[in-house]
Amino acid sequence: MIRLEKRPQPSRAWSMATPLVAVLATMFFGGLLFAVLGKPPVEAIRTIFWEPLFGEFSFYYRPQLLVKGAPLVLIAIGLSLGFRAGIWNIGAEGQYIMGAICGAGAGLAFYPADSFLIFPLMVVAGALGGWAWAMIPAVLKTRFGTNEILVSLMLVYVAEQFLASVSLGLLKNPEGFGFPGSRNLQSWDSAHNAELIAGTGMHWGVVAALIAVIFAYVLLNRHMTGYHIRLTGEAPRAAKFAGVNPTRLVLFCLGTSGALAGLAGLFEVSGPSGQISIDFNVGYGFTAIIVAFLGRLHPVGILLAGGLMALTYIGGDIAQSNLQLPAAAIQVFQGMLLFFLLAFDLLTNFRIAIGKPEVA
Amino acid sequence: MDLSAINPVLLIASLMVAATPLLLAAIGELVVEKAGVLNLGVEGMMIVGAIAGFATAVESGSPLLGFVAAAFAGAALSILFAILTQFAQANQVASGLSLTLFGLGLSALMGQTYVGIKPPRMGDIHLPVLSDLPVVGPILFGHDIILYFGIALTAAVWWVLKYSRLGLVLRAVGENHDAAHALGYKVLKIRLLAIMFGGACAGLGGAYISLIRVPQWTEGMTAGIGWIALALVVFASWKPWRALLGAYLFGGVTVVQLNLQAAGVAIPVEYLAMSPYLITILVLVILSADKSSAPASLGRNFHASR
Repeated sequence: MIRLEKRPQPSRAWSMATPLVAVLATMFFGGLLFAVLGKPPVEAIRTIFWEPLFGEFSFYYRPQLLVKGAPLVLIAIGLSLGFRAGIWNIGAEGQYIMGAICGAGAGLAFYPADSFLIFPLMVVAGALGGWAWAMIPAVLKTRFGTNEILVSLMLVYVAEQFLASVSLGLLKNPEGFGFPGSRNLQSWDSAHNAELIAGTGMHWGVVAALIAVIFAYVLLNRHMTGYHIRLTGEAPRAAKFAGVNPTRLVLFCLGTSGALAGLAGLFEVSGPSGQISIDFNVGYGFTAIIVAFLGRLHPVGILLAGGLMALTYIGGDIAQSNLQLPAAAIQVFQGMLLFFLLAFDLLTNFRIAIGKPEVA
Repeated sequence: MDLSAINPVLLIASLMVAATPLLLAAIGELVVEKAGVLNLGVEGMMIVGAIAGFATAVESGSPLLGFVAAAFAGAALSILFAILTQFAQANQVASGLSLTLFGLGLSALMGQTYVGIKPPRMGDIHLPVLSDLPVVGPILFGHDIILYFGIALTAAVWWVLKYSRLGLVLRAVGENHDAAHALGYKVLKIRLLAIMFGGACAGLGGAYISLIRVPQWTEGMTAGIGWIALALVVFASWKPWRALLGAYLFGGVTVVQLNLQAAGVAIPVEYLAMSPYLITILVLVILSADKSSAPASLGRNFHASR
């Protein structure tokens, strides 16, 4: 008879191994899915995971890895702080949009001025925009006990509508021949989040993501607030007795994740995407949830997971053009990854025992 | 702007149609939460139900068969959630989110060849005399059968939860799973069945959107209705009749804002389209003060240690 026995302590080895096992399982079942769709499975998996890194055109795809990975890591780092403490911000997509709108708006207010101060101003405005959007669920939770999951998610839809509104109205390019969308920030030097080293994909967003990883690592391991976050997640009762202030924690976690998501939005709008448009957001805020869990809510893990997820985005694009693999198949693939991760996590907390339980 | 173009009878009739997907999904989730499980995957199950029902209806020509398929698809997806949370002991919030992300992708994949197709129409019932009555006729006797099924399901769930032994056991499991286990009830089995019931209801609700309310298939067409359904359960304080009331309220907001858009009110379309979400938040704020009616074991996993 097979039973589950709770481990006295979560297994560290399994905690590290489960993401790898989950990736392998996803590759296997993803391959099956691709085979069902009539695509060569091995070829598809190879295209997704190998082609961007070592393929013929890898000189073009490798920089993309940083471009796609940076927003994912930036957002996921913020989310992981809250997730560790049981504070669920799942509206990062909305905060990402609001960060982009506020940042781009602050910059465009000075168009076409030429000053080195404009970009830093946009960065601050972007972070504040995301922060303010995340403060809505935070304040409602602390003041009225409202569920932050539902409020932050509802605000994604509100932000999407607001995005449509500003790209058709407030921020519309007056010289855009009536097309929706703002001025292109890439062609305005003061506001352009350009590559720092040409041809590497390295822009300010990548720098910010790396800083966020270090900041989160230090916070969680060396700082009182980080200790409170971990304590609240692992032993809520102990946290209560230790005098952890839950209100402060909610405001801090949601605020930080909102600000980081807002930054990600600003770096995207001023760099790779270039302009505010109706379909500006592409779901980084939701994919970052997968990244956060895949990285085990650990800063270094998130860095690696963000790279992997960026790989599936780029590899998915290549598979789409080379093998006509539908874009939705990649979405299913990413969703599967989270499933397997959660399922295999069982082995971290439980051990599988065979035979009858011993009588104590 | 021409508000006189809005016909109040048609408004109420279309309000009931707009409310039905919400009601179906919310009633299902209500039963799941009464059993002590928080399934945040409603949106994912709805959208998979929407495409499964749509595809089946198009291929078979029968909308009713489509609804059956949608219920099965929703339940099948919910089994994944049940495996994760009940057997693999995974976090319920994370599992529910993964279900939604997976469902959105899966539905887009399934629906690729169905974009732009018209599904077979589900006829409205027609009772002689009654359906032809002015005002009352179109509001009470002129809808499709699934709408009445939704109301009947509300009544059934209310009765079962309140008066039947099954309902008592279900609530016991949701209030205190350890005590229920000690009394010999199969906690996991009961929760599994509740989760599957919730999945089937969400699937039905999704198919109602793609087959009757819109009727068409577009990617991500549930547009947060599954999440509003989750909010609705809180709004209803876990009481079926209040879920019905809430669904009609939200249906009303949706329909009124659509009518205002059509009538060309001076408010920009985007701000009108935000309103259902903003009102959901407002309602959550007003009602969140009282959490006493929430099932005590909600969101906690159960592992029988001996």
